[in-house]
Amino acid sequence: MTRSQTDANAIEVRGLVKHFGETKALDGVDLDVREGTVLGVLGPNGAGKTTLVRCLSTLLVPDAGTATVAGYDVVRQPRQLRRTIGLTGQYASVDEKLSGFENLYMIGRLLDLSRADARRRADEMLERFSLTEAAKRPAMNYSGGMRRRLDLAASMIGRPAVLYLDEPTTGLDPRTRNEVWDEVKLMVSEGVTVLLTTQYMEEAEQLASELTVVDRGKVIAQGEVDELKAKVGGRTLKVRPVDPARLPEMAAALRETGLDGVAGATVVPDEGALYVPILTDQQLTAVVTLLGSRGFGIAHIGTHLPSLDEVFLAITGQKTTGSELSDTTSEEVAA
Amino acid sequence: MSTTTVTKAAAGTSGAPGAGSARPAAPTADGRIGLRANLRHIGALARRNALQIKQDPESMFDAVFMPIIFILLFVYVFGGAISGKGNNDVYVNYVTPGLMAMMGMNIAMGVGVGINDDFKKGVMDRFRTMPIARSSVLIAKIVVELGRMLIATAILLGMGFLLGLSIHTSVLHLLAAIGLSVVFGASLMWIFILLGLSLKSAQAVQGMAMLVLMPLQFGSSIFAPTTTMPGWLETFTDYNPLSNLADAARNLINGGAVAHSVWMTLGWSLVITLVTAPLAVSRFRKKT
Repeated sequence: MTRSQTDANAIEVRGLVKHFGETKALDGVDLDVREGTVLGVLGPNGAGKTTLVRCLSTLLVPDAGTATVAGYDVVRQPRQLRRTIGLTGQYASVDEKLSGFENLYMIGRLLDLSRADARRRADEMLERFSLTEAAKRPAMNYSGGMRRRLDLAASMIGRPAVLYLDEPTTGLDPRTRNEVWDEVKLMVSEGVTVLLTTQYMEEAEQLASELTVVDRGKVIAQGEVDELKAKVGGRTLKVRPVDPARLPEMAAALRETGLDGVAGATVVPDEGALYVPILTDQQLTAVVTLLGSRGFGIAHIGTHLPSLDEVFLAITGQKTTGSELSDTTSEEVAA
Repeated sequence: MSTTTVTKAAAGTSGAPGAGSARPAAPTADGRIGLRANLRHIGALARRNALQIKQDPESMFDAVFMPIIFILLFVYVFGGAISGKGNNDVYVNYVTPGLMAMMGMNIAMGVGVGINDDFKKGVMDRFRTMPIARSSVLIAKIVVELGRMLIATAILLGMGFLLGLSIHTSVLHLLAAIGLSVVFGASLMWIFILLGLSLKSAQAVQGMAMLVLMPLQFGSSIFAPTTTMPGWLETFTDYNPLSNLADAARNLINGGAVAHSVWMTLGWSLVITLVTAPLAVSRFRKKT
């Protein structure tokens, strides 16, 4: 089923500008998305991510610059373009009063399927997104995850070549987030080109092959996810010993290993914790083994990917403009 | 895995993307929507609006109870005063056609509030990114609201008959009166859709609508003959489209000269629609 990716670009954006009064929501954005790949657009609130998606889906007309999607110009050929795209927004774009089935059936009819085909396609998508049991219930009674799945199903009814996912997991709990990710991965494996906007480094890492980092309407970094990760560093291990007085001793022990990364362990006395940069899985094992063998009592241990703040800090040397973003995606275990 | 046949994006080539997809109706080269497709889209969207009502039956309260309450109030509060004690049935024949005009106005006001609310939901973004004429979303709403208006009118007439309404002309004349109020109601809906799309909140729409509605409703021949009004007001009521519609419906039902008021009503409907419908559609297109 996997469609081989080609070198052709499904999306090409050049110098895209969109102002709202004084605010430059997009201030000259360039980006390419190769056919059959996922581009993650990472940035804080207000970076211009949603404006970009709205320009590319014909909801907004850009002030300057050009953008083509599947070969169609977003300004000059909006009608043709709308036949090739699917959009799943931050807020589920389904009719809450209608059942899951009625939503999908309506979209099938709007896409000119015959009644029978629209019915068949709706059932097929309900099945595919595990919504068959909830098919007859109004969407307003769906859980957050079910709504997103219905939204994805709605976007897929027309078999779009290009799919925009605008912060598809914002506001979802981790388990539901994983469900949505699985669905997106499946769609990508079928060859859909995806432009994904997100505030989470982890989400970008999970789904995207390439990454564009935006801030205040400008692209501030662009490249393969692995390249950018190398640039911003990998995971960080946070260790809180039972006895905070032993923190310096722990840091010294790690420094002695001379391992790249691990040796950079830093003590944060306020938190009573030690932060250890981890570059490989082997290093993680080595650190935990070392601390155990030296008999340090550990109260809490966990790793986290760089947060958006840390990514921005690494790229620009500045904090994000979207202030309240300090959430890290951590997998923590209390010891 | 799934049974989908994946279509290749024809990026960078001139081929048509979406070829081989399940869509049977091939779009014309420039992607314009044909008339039949347009009607099908309006049908699918009207079905959505109708299902919403089914899901939320309380939204029919206004259409069901407004005519009952209004006709009872007007006939028993004003009837005696205007037509003389004990002559309520005379006033029923006077006020019922007028209330038909008012019903359309009130239902139309609801459309504005509804569309303002509807717009805050993501589903409108979906409609606007789909290959459908954007006017179809608005037309579908009008179609369903005209249905609601017909129900309200039916209830109003039913109540009217109970209270002594009699048709002095023919059923055809009655149907013509109903048709005329539907045509005028549709044009009013465009005004309120435009308001609903232009103002920020549903409350603002409601407030604005009341400002427009009250003088038009009461400064008209709906409730009382205009002959006792001061000259300036009589002039206003003579050009008030609600008066024209009320007079037309009244004379169609009770007999009398209809040509002037019918043409005036149709003229108003045409002008209002020609001005507000394109503005509303363009507003809908550009709304961010």
